[in-house]
Amino acid sequence: MIYDVAIIGGGIVGTAIARELSKYKLRTVLLEKENDISLGATKANSGVVHAGYDPKYGSLKGKLNVLGNAMYESLCKELDVPFKKIGSLVLGFNEEEMKVIKDLYENGIKLGVPNLQILDKEAAMKVEPNISDKVIGALYAPTAGIVGPWEMAIALMENAMDNGVELKLNNGVTNIEKNREGYKIYTSEGKINTKYIINAAGIFADEIHNMVADPCFKIIPRKGEYHLLDKSEGNKANTVIFQCPTEKGKGVLVLPTVHGNLIIGPNSEIIEEKDDVTTTQKGLEYVRHLGENSVKEIDLSKVITSFSGIRAKTSRRDFIIEEVKGAEGFIDVAGIDSPGLTAAPAIAEYVVNLLEKRIGKLEKNEEFNPNRRKVVRFMELTDDEKKEIINQNPKYGRVICRCENITEGEIIDIIHRNAGATTVDGVKRRARPGSGRCQGGFCLPRVMEILARETNKDIKDIVKDKQGSYILKNQWENIDGMGD
Amino acid sequence: MNYDLVVIGGGPAGLAAAIEAKKKGINSILIIDRDKELGGILNQCIHNGFGLHIFNEELTGPEYADRFIKELEALNIEFKLDTMVITLEEDKSIIAINPEDGLMNIKSRAVILAMGCRERTRGAIHIPGTRPAGVFTAGTAQRFVNIEGYMVGKEVVILGSGDIGLIMARRMTLEGAVVKAVVELLPYSGGLKRNIVQCLDDFNIPLLLSHTVIDIKGKDRVEGVTIAKVDEKRRTIEGTEKFIPCDTLLLSVGLIPENELSKMVNLDLDNSTGGPVVNESMETSIGGIFACGNVVHVHDLVDWVTEESKRAGKGAVKYLKNQLMLQKDTVKTYAGYGIKYIVPQIIRPSNIEKDLEVFMRVTDVFKNRELVIKIDNKEFKRIKKSHLAPGEMESANINVEDIKGAAEISIEVQ
Repeated sequence: MIYDVAIIGGGIVGTAIARELSKYKLRTVLLEKENDISLGATKANSGVVHAGYDPKYGSLKGKLNVLGNAMYESLCKELDVPFKKIGSLVLGFNEEEMKVIKDLYENGIKLGVPNLQILDKEAAMKVEPNISDKVIGALYAPTAGIVGPWEMAIALMENAMDNGVELKLNNGVTNIEKNREGYKIYTSEGKINTKYIINAAGIFADEIHNMVADPCFKIIPRKGEYHLLDKSEGNKANTVIFQCPTEKGKGVLVLPTVHGNLIIGPNSEIIEEKDDVTTTQKGLEYVRHLGENSVKEIDLSKVITSFSGIRAKTSRRDFIIEEVKGAEGFIDVAGIDSPGLTAAPAIAEYVVNLLEKRIGKLEKNEEFNPNRRKVVRFMELTDDEKKEIINQNPKYGRVICRCENITEGEIIDIIHRNAGATTVDGVKRRARPGSGRCQGGFCLPRVMEILARETNKDIKDIVKDKQGSYILKNQWENIDGMGD
Repeated sequence: MNYDLVVIGGGPAGLAAAIEAKKKGINSILIIDRDKELGGILNQCIHNGFGLHIFNEELTGPEYADRFIKELEALNIEFKLDTMVITLEEDKSIIAINPEDGLMNIKSRAVILAMGCRERTRGAIHIPGTRPAGVFTAGTAQRFVNIEGYMVGKEVVILGSGDIGLIMARRMTLEGAVVKAVVELLPYSGGLKRNIVQCLDDFNIPLLLSHTVIDIKGKDRVEGVTIAKVDEKRRTIEGTEKFIPCDTLLLSVGLIPENELSKMVNLDLDNSTGGPVVNESMETSIGGIFACGNVVHVHDLVDWVTEESKRAGKGAVKYLKNQLMLQKDTVKTYAGYGIKYIVPQIIRPSNIEKDLEVFMRVTDVFKNRELVIKIDNKEFKRIKKSHLAPGEMESANINVEDIKGAAEISIEVQ
């Protein structure tokens, strides 16, 4: 058996490509090394759908950002993913920064970013009353939005699978061999044959690339740390609030999340190890300090969690999306740092174009259904709808997560969907129990119990997140061979 | 559905309040609890030491709860379990859901809030590091061990010497784990003295005061924590860092009254307690909505929760019988030097028969001091105290005759 396309990497880019490919008559598989999708850069970033004034005119980033931004609203509607077009501000604190803002404005106009405006202090305060008094002006981009990055990737994967794409989790790629028909991919679980490969391996994209060709780029991972605050602080920002960009990136942001929390971050640190997602006292202090420069009166005692994420910068700065020289049918999609989340749907179309250049016109999948089955968000239903759904399924009448009022019915549903949850954090990413202020203190035992029951596992085999993140004793003890 | 009184929460506070209301002549009462059993957190507190003041006996948590549950059943008080209140409105209408009854619209003439509290988490105290499995709040670990029957770890460090942390140090030890240290940020423990003796000293578990956890290591499961000494401003002292290998970190770093519903109806909240502002009858800023137990302020002894909740039950009965005086001659309580808060915050003397016990917590450890009570800024009474600590709640008895016509009663440490 041979696949037409194997996508390596189940982040926002890989899943967007998978979903795009599911529109065509192709046998596609997505290989992910972890036990769930979206566990790399997609798991921890700002969740901003950027307007697109920032990347340089003429760059691939610039082009795909504007295109991607324009696709989000309808895509999120199809996939039933919460998306809010809330606009963004870049704050200027002095004349020099206002010059940067003017440059961004002009760059944005050239790139075709709609409705950009430079605001004076008064107008900026009108858009965002909580910004610092020291602000003298701002760049306003009404087309910027917010989305849950992992919710997006999960929805893309689910819809791709609904339309025929296969997902192989726990399949880290260990080697790739070129053969007559295409490629043989060796993974931690076995091997597969495929005609074409899309390398969407995020921070590991250079390593995957080097399995088939000479090195031509290097991933320089950069870490960014964030604070997530309680929903009580969510209204401190109505828009995505940036400071002026620097060499290191877009600076520290303050923004509401699509679920109504407040997020502050990130800093930007070059890291030695690719999977270093530690938070540090210094990093978080920096983030708090810069966040407070932008927005007044953030109550930092309301921090509910802190996390850090990795962005896959490369030495080449722009996105690298190309068929690899000397490796026919192997397409790199690498160096997808910001605005990767925004650009992902446009990247997917771009990749399909590249594939068509190699294969010829692709045949449409006539059965493709763009719509993901609607997700029940119990608390958003009207009282009558709530009554009705509990009538149909009493499990919607049992609240498991008290902070976010998530019901057992919702949790069971997201376990049994395509690309469903198998871990505690997987449940949290999909249905949000444990995302609230108690951070799972009350619901953890019950979520584990539901997971064990619905997936026919022993509760002791339920992990928090990645393989090996055992919660209860005995299990990890046996695995480590420690024993009593 | 119509009731005279709905009690939200079936832990010690809700049980005592409902029983008191029933005994005082209110028949139409409903208790709502989100758990599968009545008794609240007492069910997982299988150690003894409950009931010394109320019953003159040392009971375990489940035994203490059981006394009230039996009484509740004998009194035929209605309750709904596995039921969550999702909406509370100012007119005291409630929306609650459960699998059996579906969505219920409940009208009540009075409401008692008894939702208890929750634990502060790692996020709230900004411990940096990785985010592996094996970091639990002490109460969650207690639930796993005592209710679900699973051990959560083998080599344990506990941050915070609050009572749950101390109790869990002993519990984990008895279950075969090694508790390597209890680490406390403050120069004193936040727990009861008896718990330090019985849970740490008796098991040779070191208590490291003025220390904190500054880093968590381990990718999938905790592999260790770095602790360090802190100065009087709670800043890490460089050079004192020490790595302790462990697979589990338990957090006992404070409890927070759970006031989601209080916020939904915009009750006045007290920043020092984290709970609603209440008066002498445990009535909140909305007439007919009462609150008691850990939702008002975090208690260290369940006995005091029971006492306070009886007061709320009585208050609700008076309200329902139109016997609660709404007159304006209110006395405000004021926490002076050394006092973190006083409950109640408001006293209406005409609603007190004879005297009223007020509860308070101090801000620091004090030795050989006096609690000085002032009425309208005039010294009124001094109470000698050889030892005061934030972990141990203090109380003072106020005679109603003494505060009639006053505007303020303050208490301070001298």
